[in-house]
Amino acid sequence: MGKPSILGPLRAVRFLLQKPKTLRYPFEPKEPARRYRGFHLNDWDKCTGCGNCADICPNDAIEMVEQPEVEAEPGEKNERPRLDYGRCCFCGLCVDICPPGSLRLSRDYFHIHFDPKTFVFTPRDEKTDDETYLPEGEYSVLKASLAHRRRDYQGFDPDLDFALFDPQRVEMPEVPPEKRKTSFIEQVLGYDRGQAVRESERCLECALCEDACPANLKISDYVEAIYRDDPEESLRTIFRDNPIPAICGRICMKHCEDACSLSIRGEPLAIRWLKRYAADTVRDYRDALRQRPGEPTGRKIAVIGAGPSGLSLAYFLRLQGHEVVVFDERPAGGGIVRDGPPRYRLPLESIQRDVDHISSLGVEFRYGTRVGRDIDFSEVMNGCDAVFLGIGYTVSRSTRVENAERCLLALDFLRRNKTPDRTPVGKDIVVIGGGNVAMDVAREALRLQAIQHPGERTRVQTVSLEDRDELPATEEEIAEAREEGVLFNPAWGPKGVILDEGGDVRGLLCMKCLSVFDENGRFSPTFDEEREMVLETDMVIEAIGQGPDFSFLPGELRERLEFTTARKVKVDEGGMTSIPGVFAGGDIVNLNMDAVTAIRDAKAAAEGIERWLSDQD
Amino acid sequence: MRELELYFGPQHLGMVGNFSITLKVEGDRVLEAAANPGYLHRGFEKLMEQRSWIKNFPMVCRMNVIEPDSMEMIYAMGVESLAGLQVPERAQFVRSIYLELARVGSHLFGLWAYANMLGFDTVAQWAMYHRDLVLDLFEELTGGRVYHIYIWPGGVRRDFPEGFEKRLVETLHSIGGCVPDYNGTFFENRLFRDRARNIGTVTREEALGMGGTGQVLRATGVPYDVRKIEPYAAYDRVPWEVPTREDGDACSRILVVRDEMIESVHMIFKLLDEMPGGDVYNRIPNPFKWRIPAGETYVRCESSRGELGLYLVSDGGERPYRAHFRTPSFPHGLTVLEDALRGESISDVGNIMISLYVVAPEIDR
Repeated sequence: MGKPSILGPLRAVRFLLQKPKTLRYPFEPKEPARRYRGFHLNDWDKCTGCGNCADICPNDAIEMVEQPEVEAEPGEKNERPRLDYGRCCFCGLCVDICPPGSLRLSRDYFHIHFDPKTFVFTPRDEKTDDETYLPEGEYSVLKASLAHRRRDYQGFDPDLDFALFDPQRVEMPEVPPEKRKTSFIEQVLGYDRGQAVRESERCLECALCEDACPANLKISDYVEAIYRDDPEESLRTIFRDNPIPAICGRICMKHCEDACSLSIRGEPLAIRWLKRYAADTVRDYRDALRQRPGEPTGRKIAVIGAGPSGLSLAYFLRLQGHEVVVFDERPAGGGIVRDGPPRYRLPLESIQRDVDHISSLGVEFRYGTRVGRDIDFSEVMNGCDAVFLGIGYTVSRSTRVENAERCLLALDFLRRNKTPDRTPVGKDIVVIGGGNVAMDVAREALRLQAIQHPGERTRVQTVSLEDRDELPATEEEIAEAREEGVLFNPAWGPKGVILDEGGDVRGLLCMKCLSVFDENGRFSPTFDEEREMVLETDMVIEAIGQGPDFSFLPGELRERLEFTTARKVKVDEGGMTSIPGVFAGGDIVNLNMDAVTAIRDAKAAAEGIERWLSDQD
Repeated sequence: MRELELYFGPQHLGMVGNFSITLKVEGDRVLEAAANPGYLHRGFEKLMEQRSWIKNFPMVCRMNVIEPDSMEMIYAMGVESLAGLQVPERAQFVRSIYLELARVGSHLFGLWAYANMLGFDTVAQWAMYHRDLVLDLFEELTGGRVYHIYIWPGGVRRDFPEGFEKRLVETLHSIGGCVPDYNGTFFENRLFRDRARNIGTVTREEALGMGGTGQVLRATGVPYDVRKIEPYAAYDRVPWEVPTREDGDACSRILVVRDEMIESVHMIFKLLDEMPGGDVYNRIPNPFKWRIPAGETYVRCESSRGELGLYLVSDGGERPYRAHFRTPSFPHGLTVLEDALRGESISDVGNIMISLYVVAPEIDR
């Protein structure tokens, strides 16, 4: 520290000769930093209208406003955020919570206007708005305002590492491929309490999933209940719309997870596994649900088929007090979910839990009774006020190539494996098909080989018309099949089954498939017949698709039953077919052909039947 | 002589901030002073009880316009303590560097106010210009110039942008290069010494007795600094000194402020050298569902004006049950100020008040 002096300040004199530091705005504008938090930008194509930005805004500056010009797809809303810059504090929490990352802040910050209404602004960006977001030449800082902005002038960016949501789901414990492929042990172990609570915490409650779910389950409510560690409440919420949660919690096609906001930049919430957690954790459905059938109405409804649609319809109608009888040729309930999904994916005990609950409400099940064989359809129809057909697709299709009759059919194979008398399998199996059923067949075959031919060299391979990247099975299924050792022969078509002198299956002759669909997207495969390949095998299973069996209907009724162009049974919005009093749902009606859509059909039919019954009075 | 009651502020030219002092004067002498806060009361503490844990994060900084950053820090510390959140090591360094930068920015603002008050307009202009260079750095790091909204529970909101360290060092060097100019025109200027020596003297006993911290206490020779006695962020990772002076007058306090700026800049360089790599943020739970276990905590840090504390209570819910801030300007602006003004000249009222570094918004909250 020098001595205090009165001459020291003379140092400042030299600054007289320096250029002033002050910028003369707007002629010398200051360039904001790259990360500047200015006005909003919103990519309308990416924005899903989920409204999380409005929920997190500490100043309630964001309102979700319907935009008629936006056509919302499932999992989206046609709302877009509108900012009130009289309230916004430019904190950018909206950017950090935005699941699709569509909302960003720009470096623009200038707006002067006499009309306070102009401070309320619905942001877009240069992709969809040429008039507001202007290129270099057309932009002038003198006109700068909310409606006169710069193009490509992004500031504060979304960054997944700093997002306010967790893009990663709680990992589901599974039996490793090496261990699971030798038995029918359930592959997915299910969340424990801590894992379920942690996973449910990720839910942002935007409820886009609920619109995407065919049966419109109140997903955010039941997930919230799990987060509050109240699985019973969660189960009660689920049962309002879905009476088969132990089944759906395992094999649902989870349209909800495709729509989940978190899936856009991360992994979707494990909605299906959370439903399974609720169903598995609650030991006694009856205790938790405290459901009772409604007052008897004196009406009787017959349901043909105890699959997802039939079970759900029986449940909904029974709660209304109607008498319900369910016919099924199988020895127990579940329908196609009993026949189809392998036990390592859906154990029979889980099916039984759901069916038992519905049965406990007083629904009468007549198993081992095939309508058309054990009882006439007309008899069924005459004995009740309405009939519901939930018969599903029960017949596997064949390729009908040479010697195809020597192949096994997928559904027969899968169905038999549910009985104590499982299918005896060969050591070298070829599965024809590339869909989920083909994966099920291949993976079951693999397990049976391990059980029936332990320690021996075995092989399971699939052959499919579709190429590697267009296989119709889900990615998950393909990956798991691969992990377990299933081999793939994509883009090959079967030409014939080769038999040896003794008449045993020896191989499958294949030809190269060039394309599967024509230019209109219709199934119309083309082949290069010259390019052939022989897959050596001692057993071929065909898994190329299923169809319905209407043979139980009397001829006259079968003729009156109308179909759509997609070869589905034509029903009105209440699920009624062209035959009055006959309703239908499930795989024979909808194109999704999955359990949750069957539940949707059942809900519609339940309402339709109510209307039909009251019209009869 | 006749006694007069004189209203000093909030409109008085010598007043900085929305604050007022009622003076009882006889001639030029102040017989008694009564501080009048309340012009800026915004009810932040009550408001915090209505807002979720995350929604309070962009708001707490607004309690102090001059140095919003220590407010962010104390809130993050409180939440982390209640919720048991861990902060990555790199984030601790980023926090310290950021807070020291904020201290420099805040002190430059204080220097502007003080120099302005004494009529040293040139120095005031320099201080404001240099503060602007610091704000440019904040803008680059956080996207905001004044309210940075950067330290949040779990770490900080973004890592350093590309090339930021280099620009940080360059800017601090360019400001540091002007220290001789500041010294010549101000700190070693006899006019400043004559105006500030033996003015508004607060003895060590008085400072300790009235809850004085920061420059008020350090100007009486007590090296009391929360960064040293209860280190948080990365303050115990590098060596640094607590500057003190002995006389307890306005001059000592302002010189402590100057020395602190220089020490902060040196500390930033050391922290940059030691800074580890890695993450700067541990993700907090889903903000819409975030409940913090019931409990209470008291956390404290060293703001640019002294000890800043936060008493935070959770009842296990989605928002604080109670939040109470212990802001350094509260004792400095009310008790210490009233005492220090007694017997001083009217012309030194502003001089003394600003040398105590009173920031009105943090008194009112």
